[in-house]
Amino acid sequence: MTRYDALVLGAGHNGLTTAAFLAQAGLSVLCLEKNDYIGGAAVSRKLYKDWTYSNCSYVCSLLRPEIYRQLNLAKHGLQVTPFGGSVTFMENGDYFGSYHDPVVAYREMARHSRRDADAYTRYRADTRRQSRLIREFLLTTPPDPTSWRPRDLIGLLGIGRSFAALSEEQMLDTYRFWTLSVADYLNEYFETDVIKAALSGSGIIGTALGIYSPGTAYVLLHHYMGDVDGNVGTWGYARGGMGAVSNALAGAFREHGGELRTEAGIERILTKKGRVTGVALDSGEEIEASTVVSAMDVKRTFLDCVEPEALPSAFLERVRHFKSRGSSGKLNIALDGLPEFPALPKDSPLYYSDMHFVDSMARMERAYDDWKDGTWSKDPYVDMVIPTLVDPTMAPPGKHFMSCFVQYCPHRLEGRDWTRAEREAFAQTVIDQIANYSPNFKDLILHVEIRTPADIEAEIGITEGNIFHGELTMDQLLFNRPVPGYAQYRTPVRGLYLCGSSTHPGGGVMAAPGANAAREILADLRRPSSVPESFGDD
Amino acid sequence: MSGRQVAQGRLVTPFYSRQRELDTVNRWHEWKGYTVADEFYCSELEYFAIRNATAVFDLTPMTKYRISGPDAPAYVDRLVTRDMTRVPVGRVAYAVWCNDSGQVIDDGTIFRLGELDYRLCSQERHLDWLLTSAAGFDVDVAHETADVAALAIQGPTSYATLDRMGLSAVGHLKPFNLMEVDFAGTSIVISRTGFTGDLGYEVWLPPQVAERFWDELFAAGRLTGIRAIGTDALELARIEAGYLMADIDFLPADTAIRPGRTRSPLELGMEWLVDFGKPMFNGRRALADELRKGSRWRLVRLDIEGNKPAKDAYIFAKPKGGEQIGFVTSAAWSPVCKQNVALGTVNARYGAVGDSLWVDIYYQRELHWTRKMARATVVDGPFWDPPRRRATPPGPY
Repeated sequence: MTRYDALVLGAGHNGLTTAAFLAQAGLSVLCLEKNDYIGGAAVSRKLYKDWTYSNCSYVCSLLRPEIYRQLNLAKHGLQVTPFGGSVTFMENGDYFGSYHDPVVAYREMARHSRRDADAYTRYRADTRRQSRLIREFLLTTPPDPTSWRPRDLIGLLGIGRSFAALSEEQMLDTYRFWTLSVADYLNEYFETDVIKAALSGSGIIGTALGIYSPGTAYVLLHHYMGDVDGNVGTWGYARGGMGAVSNALAGAFREHGGELRTEAGIERILTKKGRVTGVALDSGEEIEASTVVSAMDVKRTFLDCVEPEALPSAFLERVRHFKSRGSSGKLNIALDGLPEFPALPKDSPLYYSDMHFVDSMARMERAYDDWKDGTWSKDPYVDMVIPTLVDPTMAPPGKHFMSCFVQYCPHRLEGRDWTRAEREAFAQTVIDQIANYSPNFKDLILHVEIRTPADIEAEIGITEGNIFHGELTMDQLLFNRPVPGYAQYRTPVRGLYLCGSSTHPGGGVMAAPGANAAREILADLRRPSSVPESFGDD
Repeated sequence: MSGRQVAQGRLVTPFYSRQRELDTVNRWHEWKGYTVADEFYCSELEYFAIRNATAVFDLTPMTKYRISGPDAPAYVDRLVTRDMTRVPVGRVAYAVWCNDSGQVIDDGTIFRLGELDYRLCSQERHLDWLLTSAAGFDVDVAHETADVAALAIQGPTSYATLDRMGLSAVGHLKPFNLMEVDFAGTSIVISRTGFTGDLGYEVWLPPQVAERFWDELFAAGRLTGIRAIGTDALELARIEAGYLMADIDFLPADTAIRPGRTRSPLELGMEWLVDFGKPMFNGRRALADELRKGSRWRLVRLDIEGNKPAKDAYIFAKPKGGEQIGFVTSAAWSPVCKQNVALGTVNARYGAVGDSLWVDIYYQRELHWTRKMARATVVDGPFWDPPRRRATPPGPY
């Protein structure tokens, strides 16, 4: 039987990040992946001829630049190219665009409402203020509010200090912000329905909540706190698709002597007397290690892979109730050419932006109503991008890859499995919606990959296909993520750690959970850590 | 003769008509008498055209000289510090030339177009020095800046773009090779050179066919992400490539007023460009002396912690209480390397590769200034040097 200092379970971007930092610290590390390819949900796959699909995650902004730099991901082939703006097509034939150029963005907003355009200044400052608070803590382990250990007290003091630096009014705003619905939040700034609808999308992406559900204002922030080269809120494409992120991380991992094995699913995480001893693979093979790090979500780790008798009952119960509900699906489409959107002027820069087709708050909420009824949205919120307009590597010249993120889409239909016909009906709903604004779209479709949450769960392993490994609501954030008392990447089983997006600071291709986990593990092993600190915004 | 007057104001290059059509931000500046763009629509996105697709930069204002005649090879070899006898027809050589004190007058590229025919491109104007250095040589030196329009076509899809334009022959060019190709009934020169550290080409052509070339190039680049770029985007790319800029990273020796402001090639990290095996070149004796006695300055490439560009920063040997040992000349956050990079000059006693120095960074957030002492590691070579830069034949992206 082979022995390693540490095993990392799952070669998604967080697993690879942890693995790379552990290997950089000199540990012998084996990273195990159930699929025959690495990357988890940050993956590039050739599913149709010469087309490369970012078939799960599709844009990149949260990836911490500190990690990018520390692991030398540029040398390992990662290049992130920013793209600008977004557009929301309206039922009346008009559209609302958000341009990369702030001068034009203002002018466009003023075309819909001059008051809203001016209010945007206040909205931006208020939102950035909240985002600044969070950004500071992305690369830190959440302090335990019940602990008297010096590092927890110092951590709490740090949070307290940032908070105390706010004015009284800003403090109260912050309390409100963390609990508000995105709709209520936007109503405090804007009067125009389409502008609010366009901005509210970020409040529900990946979340089984509607725009009127409390807590969605925070989710909005989660999509605003990223940056590309210091441009906070900017999004980018990983050149070659999102798999480029995972491949570069794997390159860094291997550079430091790490070993990767694919087609090595985990049957059991082995424990003895409250301590982890290794893993048993699907194949029956056992691998020993005194440190095991699970990049799987918290539910899959503890409900599927650890014997329940090895876990405290209350902990297990908390894990069972951790909310990781499937709420979004995807369509990945190969196109024979660029679809035309007659509402836009030819050559509009908005072709390069992400596109949406729901133009009112009421329609946004109705999309959620369908999900609550156990079915997919019949008029969904689609976040559609065509990365090949920017990335020359993903499709033959003149051909395109289109990624459609679809909200809402349930894990199970009215409590039962999806049928083939229903999956196709789901896809047709999305295609029809886009075709309403692009007459030549349907004729250009060469291939469609349909991904319901059930498909994502089956392939990637994320419980219910929830893209964030569990929802980003206040009850499941910071020192409550994934469950109270276990927010510091450690678990009730000694030597067993979590490093996936179920842990702080949550989902998105950020690599922060993976890096934070590595820091904690290395501290326990009394090894020096190269996990970087935040650059800081100030 | 009365009524004679030189052109007033700024000149425009042969590509100006096309560039003006693309321009949306109205940001232009003067470069050697010409109007050129800082940016056309967004320098950030223009920069990414260099690193992701095809970027087109108008370098017509570069100073260009034609050097020809029976003694041209011997003259060029004598002029610059490197061995030019080993540069065959069809090659381009990066070179520096010095005054008799071994101080750099300028750097530039020398294109060997024929056995007895060279083109020299530089930032500054040097006809006076070039003719002074020609004493005793049977050589003709002619200024040809306005006679040669020039475009840099740079980026990972630059070859794919030229290929689509019907210029697939350039696929055989290795870095620093050049070839002549027919275009619109005339002969143009394409070299695999550039100022970006990426895959790229430069095209040298008669002004009469400039607009036609531009139009065909942009038509061909429609599906390969072609973008016109201004100087702002190029400047970031050249810092990432670690290239020096005259008047920014060093002062051309013939413009220096104060003592100690000039630099020798040894002080600029260009030992590899100085060939003491040559019996004679301008500045040889002084440089040989310097080699024995030691240099005063050293050019350093710095990898700086954090993400705040070290613009105009002082360099220190120690984070506290140390003496100031130099200063940063170029600095940027590199989007493609995700590194905080800088070029700087330090006292030659400091700054060996691998050394840690310290830079004093000032930056502003919402009007307030902050000062941060950041560790700067001296690194070797360019910050950005992707394999595609050298791949021959080049890939499609």
